[in-house]
Amino acid sequence: MAATADAVLAELRERVSAAHRTRQALRLKGSGTKDFYGESLAGEVLELRAHQGIVDYEPSELVITARCGTPLSQIEAALGAHGQFLPFEPPAFGADPSLGGVIAAGLSGPRRAYAGAARDFVLGTRLLTANGEVLRFGGQVMKNVAGFDVSRLLCGSLGILGVITEVSLKVLPRPRAEETVRLELPAAAAVESFNRWSALGLPISGGAWWQGSAWVRLSGAPPAVRSARERIGGEAIDAASAQARWDALRHCQLPLFDSRVIWRLSVPGAAPPLSLPGEPLIDWGGALRWYADPAADADVRAVASAAGGTASCWRGPAPAGRFHPLPPVLVRLHRRLKERFDPHGIFNPGRLVAGL
Amino acid sequence: MDEADIGAALRRNLPQDCVLSREEERRPYECDGLTVFRQLPGLVVLPRTEEQLRQVLLTCSRLRVPVVARGAGTGLSGGATPHAQGVLLSCTRLNRILEIDPHARIARLEPGVPNLRVSEAAAAHGLYYAPDPSSQVACSIGGNVAENSGGVHCLKYGLTVHNVLGVRGYTMEGEPLELGGRAPDGPGLDLLALAIGSEGLLMIVTEVTVKLIPRPPCAQLVMASFADVHSAGTAVAAVIAGGIIPAALEMMDRKATAAVEPFAHAGYDLSAAAILLIEADGTPEEVADQVREIEQLLRSAGASTLRVSGSEAERLRWWSGRKNAFPAAGRLSPDYYCMDGTIPRRHVGEVLQAIERMEARYALRCMNVFHAGDGNLHPVILFDANDHDSWERAERFGAEILELCVQLGGTITGEHGVGVEKLNSMCVQFSPAERAAFAAVKEAFDPAGLLNPGKVIPTLARCAEYGRMRVHHGALPHADLPRF
Repeated sequence: MAATADAVLAELRERVSAAHRTRQALRLKGSGTKDFYGESLAGEVLELRAHQGIVDYEPSELVITARCGTPLSQIEAALGAHGQFLPFEPPAFGADPSLGGVIAAGLSGPRRAYAGAARDFVLGTRLLTANGEVLRFGGQVMKNVAGFDVSRLLCGSLGILGVITEVSLKVLPRPRAEETVRLELPAAAAVESFNRWSALGLPISGGAWWQGSAWVRLSGAPPAVRSARERIGGEAIDAASAQARWDALRHCQLPLFDSRVIWRLSVPGAAPPLSLPGEPLIDWGGALRWYADPAADADVRAVASAAGGTASCWRGPAPAGRFHPLPPVLVRLHRRLKERFDPHGIFNPGRLVAGL
Repeated sequence: MDEADIGAALRRNLPQDCVLSREEERRPYECDGLTVFRQLPGLVVLPRTEEQLRQVLLTCSRLRVPVVARGAGTGLSGGATPHAQGVLLSCTRLNRILEIDPHARIARLEPGVPNLRVSEAAAAHGLYYAPDPSSQVACSIGGNVAENSGGVHCLKYGLTVHNVLGVRGYTMEGEPLELGGRAPDGPGLDLLALAIGSEGLLMIVTEVTVKLIPRPPCAQLVMASFADVHSAGTAVAAVIAGGIIPAALEMMDRKATAAVEPFAHAGYDLSAAAILLIEADGTPEEVADQVREIEQLLRSAGASTLRVSGSEAERLRWWSGRKNAFPAAGRLSPDYYCMDGTIPRRHVGEVLQAIERMEARYALRCMNVFHAGDGNLHPVILFDANDHDSWERAERFGAEILELCVQLGGTITGEHGVGVEKLNSMCVQFSPAERAAFAAVKEAFDPAGLLNPGKVIPTLARCAEYGRMRVHHGALPHADLPRF
């Protein structure tokens, strides 16, 4: 297996070096489940799925290291066998995403507001750079401040700085107990409650609202979950339906996601309701708000900015770009980083920031 | 351009008392918490406002004067060691708590606010700021951001990078920069992750927004003794493998407990080769459950004695020994040198035994305190700075420990930073191409190379020189000793 992986990596290095020499743009592709995500797709496809396999997993170290092409399902199964999991609940869109794609996109599921984002669990990466070298940043240890935190920089980079060939992630034991309750609440009261319960230290691991109902997931030690459930009240949801609900939210499978136009707004978690047409789907205890068709013609970005947040156009026409525009000083920093890591602009050109 | 001209240029935009140029005024800034590295700064500037700070940067950028930012000066890697021809920019006067929002659970702070003051200010709302470096009484939030500081509760509550939502500040050119913020996961590259732990090389931070979390209502400490360090290491793994993430999981070896006990009177078992301190926090029921489980796991892992704190006073007394480990070292020896390597937890026993062999080889004592839950070692090497040979041996001893950490898949610094101290060790951990990538990041933010120059990223020439030196030392009579 190792010999095969080495051979696959050697071939990838050759492909990348050649592209660098000939200034051939490359479109990095794991499972291809997130082709819809990003500003634009350009370049010759560089398949990364073959570079796969778990390299190291020692449950008592709380660290898993795997190659970029490893299917997420394989990682979750390996962790599950030892009662552990990826707390940031990466979403999967349809088929089984690859680990490299999960980290390059940097997306996180409902637990993000409580357990942390994808980037919070990244401990180390290997990066195949434009000149065909493989660099190691971070490591397999919990604490590491040697040099700049390039590993976290790569999380969410959409491949524009190079190919993430290997990732080490911090993992955690699954909570001992988990329960979900549903409460009839208007959106504003739900967001207010999510914040208030969090400030009280209740073991919340999911806070979502749609169609008139707040969904609260509690995770942790059984006594803490039990007393929080009593405190919050509401209708207890059986484990199987609760799991199905949270999975549907995590993987963007609720009916809202059938819409023609979808906006994804990231706002401060305690932000009051936004003045946009249509009912939102709220996640992350209030910090993530999805809007669909009725908001299609509204100035969604202006509303998001006014609330102290940003809006990306998840689906539908995006003449002003998918992602919320960056201020000029940040665009300049992005350009300089891109030029230094990828001088000929071969990696996923224009995918994260137009023109880069 | 000499200091007088730079001073005159700075005074044009700053109140007179913000620029210190007399030698006796500059002297207190010649070192940070790592006192073996000293350098008198060209000038010291202490702005009171963000605008004054920006003016300092504009002036220095125009005159091409290096700027070294300094928080409380408690850093342990010489990250704030001044530049002889540069400006030492002290952020201590920017020390206001700008906002505490208990509902949103955030605090907005100027960089000079001491770490502990954040938790004190939030306490009225039942909230606190989780990262708690040992120096938390003094160290500043700005310094914590620069170093990505940790503490004893990182395993459960994370490092600075996990607890800071956003920073505002300036580039070396004086251009305002805002990274991250209250809304999570903004567009573009995660530049906030780069800024945190950048040791003052990328930007100057003037405002930090941190996450506050509810103070757990209850905490209890389990103290366990082990007859050898290996079984203590195994016990650490057993607790983690048992599905428990304790609030803190610390180890001290016998040399460390023997050093602190006479003056901290913590009540440590001095007959044990190593003790573990394991904290459970949460609701009283949660804590009771977890303590029971921890006790079972430790007993099966061979703990010789087990005690559970019976009161808050007892819990704090047991902690006081751990927190006073460094001052205790200061009582045992004229000077001490604290290392900061991190290793995969499973190698703890192996590393402690190797350090014991090195003690004999370098003829220096070393006590070990250890964030065992994170695999973060703090070997404390005792030496005498007045004896140059003693310091040289201490430095080589430290470097060898860090090289061992790298060999075992770990890192040369878990939470103290590289600064000037670990420049040589950076040559061991990173390839020339990896160091070039760090230099590229630096250039992207600070093309003129004026922010904290000479720190963190060693030059090629330095690494080449260090490589030759290591071979030379490898040829010394101890080359036959086992080295993994």
